Amino acid sequence: MSADYEVIIGLEVHAELKTDSKIFCCSSTEFGGDPNTHVCPVCLGLPGVLPVLNKKVVEFAIKTGLALNCKIAEFSKFDRKNYYYPDLPKNYQISQYDLPIAEHGYLDITVNGEQKRIGITRVHMEEDAGKLVHEGATIASSKYSRVDYNRTGVPLVEIVSEPDIRSPEEARLYLEKLKAILQYIDVSDCKMEEGSLRCDANISVRPVGQKEFGTKTELKNMNSFRALQRALEYEVQRQIEILEEGGRVVQETRTWDENKGITLSMRSKEQAHDYRYFPDPDLVPLVIDEEWVNKIKSTLPELPDQRKARYVEQYGLPEYDAEVITASKALSDYFDRCLKYYDNPKALSNWVMGELLKHLNGANIDITECKISPENMAELLTLIDKGTISGKIAKTVFEEMFATGEKPEKIVQDKGLVQISDESAIAALVDEVIANNPQSVEDYKNGKDRALGFLVGQVMKATKGKANPEIVNKLLKERLNN
Amino acid sequence: MALYRKTIHELHQLLKSKQVSSEEITKSVFERIDQVEDKVKAFVTQTREIALAKAKEVDDKIARGEEIGPLAGIPVVIKDNMCTRGILTTCSSKMLHNFVPPYDATVVKKLADAGAVMIGKSNLDEFAMGSSTENSRFFPTRNPWDLERVPGGSSGGSAAAVAADETVYSLGSDTGGSIRQPASFCGVVGLKPTYGLVSRYGLVAFASSLDQIGPFSKDVTDAAIIMNTIAGHDPCDSTSVNYNVPDYTKSLVNDVRGIKIGIPKEYFVEGIQPDVRELIEDAIKKFESLGAVCEEMSLPHTEYALPVYYILAPAEASSNLARYDGVGYGYRDESADDIVSMYMKTRSEGFGAEVKRRIMLGTYALSSGYYDAYYLKALKVRTLIKQDFDRAFEKYDVILTPTSPSTAFKFGEKSDNPMEMYLSDICTIAVNLAGIPGISIPCGLSQGLPVGLQLIGKPLGEETLFRVAYTYEQNTDHHKAKPSL
Repeated sequence: MSADYEVIIGLEVHAELKTDSKIFCCSSTEFGGDPNTHVCPVCLGLPGVLPVLNKKVVEFAIKTGLALNCKIAEFSKFDRKNYYYPDLPKNYQISQYDLPIAEHGYLDITVNGEQKRIGITRVHMEEDAGKLVHEGATIASSKYSRVDYNRTGVPLVEIVSEPDIRSPEEARLYLEKLKAILQYIDVSDCKMEEGSLRCDANISVRPVGQKEFGTKTELKNMNSFRALQRALEYEVQRQIEILEEGGRVVQETRTWDENKGITLSMRSKEQAHDYRYFPDPDLVPLVIDEEWVNKIKSTLPELPDQRKARYVEQYGLPEYDAEVITASKALSDYFDRCLKYYDNPKALSNWVMGELLKHLNGANIDITECKISPENMAELLTLIDKGTISGKIAKTVFEEMFATGEKPEKIVQDKGLVQISDESAIAALVDEVIANNPQSVEDYKNGKDRALGFLVGQVMKATKGKANPEIVNKLLKERLNN
Repeated sequence: MALYRKTIHELHQLLKSKQVSSEEITKSVFERIDQVEDKVKAFVTQTREIALAKAKEVDDKIARGEEIGPLAGIPVVIKDNMCTRGILTTCSSKMLHNFVPPYDATVVKKLADAGAVMIGKSNLDEFAMGSSTENSRFFPTRNPWDLERVPGGSSGGSAAAVAADETVYSLGSDTGGSIRQPASFCGVVGLKPTYGLVSRYGLVAFASSLDQIGPFSKDVTDAAIIMNTIAGHDPCDSTSVNYNVPDYTKSLVNDVRGIKIGIPKEYFVEGIQPDVRELIEDAIKKFESLGAVCEEMSLPHTEYALPVYYILAPAEASSNLARYDGVGYGYRDESADDIVSMYMKTRSEGFGAEVKRRIMLGTYALSSGYYDAYYLKALKVRTLIKQDFDRAFEKYDVILTPTSPSTAFKFGEKSDNPMEMYLSDICTIAVNLAGIPGISIPCGLSQGLPVGLQLIGKPLGEETLFRVAYTYEQNTDHHKAKPSL
């Protein structure tokens, strides 16, 4: 990337709220289900129906606003956003336009060890649309398409950031932090693969030193954190190349093609919609009293930044560790539960960030699906601390625990993995290894320290890794140095 | 006297005293329909079998000695823009010619629970847009007083059915005068209640902030009885008012002494038919003779009501009618190759001229760049119009005006000139913009055609309206006049 350009990114994130019923009716919000089974006349937008606002949605939206340090509007309203699409039953979406529920907030991300504040422009509520199911492989090759309205009317919050983001990496960090916050306050599942967290980006580049923003494009259809970063990186490069060649970036909406790794034009500004927003006359304005807001505020849980600070202060964890673990509420909840049975946070942190995350990522599962209970995790570390097993053996035990969920002690017993710390037993093996490897002994005496490692390895091999490495080292040195 | 001629309260007495059965009443009404419907054409759909089954249900109840409510066993007609479960609800539009709702409108449900016998769905101007019922995509309804003339609109079918005694009462909807103006043209009682007093759930929306369901009846007493059943908060309608609905029949008091009636001078200017003016002036004199105090006053923003209405109503309509796209239900043009042409062909074919005209007006008024100049400005003027009424009601109990500047006009007379057609609602529109109640009652005939008197009340002032209207009715005979069909 050329160093002469500055990147400007703003994100629009849609999160589905995990209420039981839809935003304007009583239909279920459950994901999945046979097509058109979670519908009623209201969410289908049949002639004559009227929306009635679900109070829980407002509560969740206020919660979101508060967690993002926003000001909650005392007076807010719903508007209609008019556009035609077959999965939109009324051909308008009920949304909030000029008076959103929350505005003027921020969230902090950590970039290269430094804290950076990203402004939140607004948080507003709206209804989700349905889903088109194409009969063929693509929309173009389909003879017909079907519509599933199960998702229609599922409540969404749209969270719009200020154009404060300066790199694709920052964009990813912002989205990760936002996801963590939404999960901490328990308003959304944030499953990108199920579409309960969706992200659009506005992106432009400008020569460093230029005051006004460059022409922006809007990117859609980025379904993972990786896709977000890759798409933005591609788009930055594309826009810079255009400018370098003396061209002009066209204001348009572009879609990310994950397979090809490129962005493609969807529609130009000339084709952009005139949404003809106006206040929805079927819904009365929303007047929110301070008491309610305060009540919701008092129920806010510990948020990621607060928890991170607590880890540093209370457990003495390095900032980095605290950041990694608190990035996921479920992971840090797990961490906290382990500490009920184990009192060395740093040792635990090493294992959580190392083996645990490695295995979770490898198996592509979430911590909530992990078979290792916090008690067993704590027990494994206790076995290491007691010297019952070595750190190396522990990794083998961990693997078994991860696969089966067995207790570590049982695995150690069943597989005979108890560490050998009996000096006399090890001494016999040490003597044998020295006798069998005269060349290495010679090398060691000639100052080749590496030879010691080989000899240690031989002893370990003979015990299948069970010999206490400290004792092996000690005995070998004693004999070789005499 | 034939049963079909009678009022709700008369029939209720007959049912209670077991002098007649609901089946007899229902059959009598269907006999009447068989006699005159060919001429009047008030019905889009008749529900004979369902009606007779319902009548039998009520008769069984009476036979078991159970108490029955005042609407039980009495025939009613529902304007065909209110959803009826399992029964065609067309809005008199090609767009919904085959639409059978899977649910009942709240008013329909309330009537059914009260034992009402629904005998059919009545014709209207397509999607309730019009003032003559000529805009029905099926056929025009005729005025029972003169078959060469319109019954008014958009609830023309509901008004004509009551006037022709094809039903005992009916429901209509009123967005800019669509109950009161046809009531006036057909010589029946028509009430547009306070906005939000009657649930709109299940009423196919035209302009959501103005639409209101209300009754057509043969006298004021019946209107009060119907309101007792259909008024009240509905959890399915966010805009429905949380209000303890009184027993409106208690307002039927024959006494207007001390009642202050405002006569807005803006409603008596040019364009008003001289004999309409004369009959209204007679009514004013009548009220004065009964002890009311009538006084000329001013509603200064009246002249803006029509333009404001013709920005706001089409704006809301353009959005409300967007759902008719051929995707989920209703009419679809099958010849299109892609989704956009399917939308365009479906909507070009499915909607009639007046509906399309208003969709275009509304789309324009909401377009970016025009929103502030039209929609927002209209909202502001709407507030001024409402404030006119607020100020007036500090001083007056009711406001009295003609319901329409003219009697029923002839078919085709105004249908080529939308502006002229729009003017026939000039006396009623401001009431919808202000969200207040208005009632039209017959106040005499001009050259054999009925003239309506409009009484306007403060928000939730239905009780006063009923009292004033009832007193007038008790002291005159105009409501007894019947067309010769």
